[in-house]
Amino acid sequence: MTEHLAALQVVIPLICAPLCMLVRYRDWSWIVALFGSWSCLVISWLLLQQVMTGGIISYHMGDWAPPLGIEYRVDTVNAFVLLIVSAIGAVVTPYARESVRAEFGVNRVYLFYTSYMLCFCGLLGVTITGDAFNLFVFLEISSLSSYVLIAMGKDRRALTAAYQYLVLGTIGATFIVIGIGLLFAETGTLNMADLAERLADKPLSRTIGAAFGFLVVGISLKLALFPLHLWLPNAYTYAPSVVSAFLAATATKVAVYVLLRFLFTIFDVKLSFGVMPLDSILLVLAVIAMFAASAVAIFQPNLKRMLAYSSVAQIGYMILGISFANVNGVAAGILHLFNHALMKGGMFLALGCFFYRIASVNLDDMAGIGRRMPWTMAAFVVGGLGLIGVPLTVGFISKWYLVLGAFERGWWFAAALVLLCSLLAVVYIWRVVEVAYLKPAPENAPDIEDAPPSMLIPTWILIGASIYYGINTDLTVGAAKLAAQQLLGAG
Amino acid sequence: MYSYLVLRVVAKLLMPFIMLFGLYVQFHGDFGPGGGFQAGVIFAAGFILYALIFGLQNASRVLPRGILRFGIALGVLLYAGVGVYNLLVGGKYLDYNVMAQNAVHGQHLGILLVELGVGITVTSVMVMVFFTFARHRQTKGDDQDGGSRPL
Amino acid sequence: MAAVGLYNYWIVVFLMMAGFYIVIAHDNLVKKIVGLNVFQASVFVMYITFGKIQGGTAPIIAEGITTYSNPLPHVLILTAIVVGVATTALGLALVVRINEAYGTIEEDEIHVQDEES
Repeated sequence: MTEHLAALQVVIPLICAPLCMLVRYRDWSWIVALFGSWSCLVISWLLLQQVMTGGIISYHMGDWAPPLGIEYRVDTVNAFVLLIVSAIGAVVTPYARESVRAEFGVNRVYLFYTSYMLCFCGLLGVTITGDAFNLFVFLEISSLSSYVLIAMGKDRRALTAAYQYLVLGTIGATFIVIGIGLLFAETGTLNMADLAERLADKPLSRTIGAAFGFLVVGISLKLALFPLHLWLPNAYTYAPSVVSAFLAATATKVAVYVLLRFLFTIFDVKLSFGVMPLDSILLVLAVIAMFAASAVAIFQPNLKRMLAYSSVAQIGYMILGISFANVNGVAAGILHLFNHALMKGGMFLALGCFFYRIASVNLDDMAGIGRRMPWTMAAFVVGGLGLIGVPLTVGFISKWYLVLGAFERGWWFAAALVLLCSLLAVVYIWRVVEVAYLKPAPENAPDIEDAPPSMLIPTWILIGASIYYGINTDLTVGAAKLAAQQLLGAG
Repeated sequence: MYSYLVLRVVAKLLMPFIMLFGLYVQFHGDFGPGGGFQAGVIFAAGFILYALIFGLQNASRVLPRGILRFGIALGVLLYAGVGVYNLLVGGKYLDYNVMAQNAVHGQHLGILLVELGVGITVTSVMVMVFFTFARHRQTKGDDQDGGSRPL
Repeated sequence: MAAVGLYNYWIVVFLMMAGFYIVIAHDNLVKKIVGLNVFQASVFVMYITFGKIQGGTAPIIAEGITTYSNPLPHVLILTAIVVGVATTALGLALVVRINEAYGTIEEDEIHVQDEES
């Protein structure tokens, strides 16, 4: 069966989604989702091992040879992203059981798991496919199901947030289709490897330039790059806790991967960063994102919204790494994909624990929470240290490589800006620490226990991993560097 | 019941032809224009016509919500199941060649089953979308006499 | 006149801009969905235009036929249409629920209500 792993990676969640819908009795749909996400984790782990030792895996759907047939193509870059997505899925699913039951009501639980599995399937599909149009289809599967997931939030503003995301997401997706269509018109193929080959022989025409523009703008909308991030804060704030954690840790990461794939594999580095002045554009936008979003995060009373803005800032770091267009910079971007998924996923899960107990994530309601829910708050703080970039956390590792990349490129001011921006993170994390530990709990506060273990353990798995990979960096840095070399080596 | 006699008679007359045309498009998809998407929509159009003329309540007696939900899941499972079956008998995912004694028969059988799955899901989804919106209007709207009234 | 000969693309550009404008300029949530549909439809027309080859027939093997249109864009667009239908249905469902929760589908009025609460 090992040769079919690439197909099973997407097919298992695809089968689990309708099954979740059929078995609506009590927790059964949760068990199906658990099976789906855990088996995907195993598969993606095996795929990464295969790729690291045996090179690129190419799987032909329906035995139709590419470029005519749809090809699933796994190299180090997407094997790594697959591992991120499925690991987050595998940790979030056990957490979801209590949280979803509390936030949704028992009767609608199966709807959540169906959409969740579809979203999971879509994200994995985007990552694994080697066909440009197939990528669009999977992107829409994941986007449509994430609109549904966000709209399931209790607050009525969740509906408007989902609607806003739907409109902007569809515009982004349509831009991507236009770009793919123009590339198809120019080359007559949709297979990514084939596209790259055929584009390399062609001089820059207006069609290719337009395709490049449409693709970059469309993908930037999906990954919430600074001026196009307007959908993100509302969507993450009003979505159910599990959904915020899952989407924050995976959806934007997959979009960043798509950007990498288009910029480096399909278009040449020379085209993306030489002919087109994309490096300076991305640099400026990334720096504005880092500072503006961090500054806005400082003034948010709602912690979920604070983390959402912090996500926009962290996406800025990833894009900054990509804009350096050298091995250390791109490796830092990929590394931060993984690291940020761990930290932000863990922190959103911690917020979900608070919401489970005190039904609020407003800073005003959190006075003294550090003594009432010590474990959850500790997880939040450790995650926050990672966001700041304190040594021995994953955040430090990404920033280290980011600074290295900046010096290699000769942009020392970018390195200085990275460090300066970390100070802003100190401010918004400290606000929370101050309220949670130093303020006394209100007199009439009801006695609450810490979150149930089924929620606390997944939270700590992610937070613990963010410490572990801050100390032992063999796997992450190794894979990220290999991936960066592969991406840049093509050009 | 209300007396839209012409509408009701014509709808009853049309119904078998719509279904027959749906089946034709469904099975013609193997070797000509047609297939599951189009056939599914035609089927759904038939049921929607029925619901428009005879009221939502009667239509949901023909196709209860549970069956629709089952149909949506079944179609996807049929499609994915064909792929997995191909894996198990030694081909690639969705490689129909290995499904029967030779490649030609295999391709026929495979595409037939996959299109059937697509057809079932599309029909169920379209009818479900219509029912959901229509029921919404009825429960929220001003007419209180239930679904026996034409929409 | 090459520019006039490519009139399909002019239609595409017009539809694209019109749809995009509706999405941005209108406050009514249903009108935004309509705009989104027009925007997507322009892409469908664009793809179909790529597939057309002058003098080409349907891509079915038969004697004496050497030029035929490219069938691939049609298949791609069939998929894209389905995606578009799903988006529209979901968008309208959201609008229905927004109308239930807020009592209006005008964006500025929703905004005012959000500010108040």
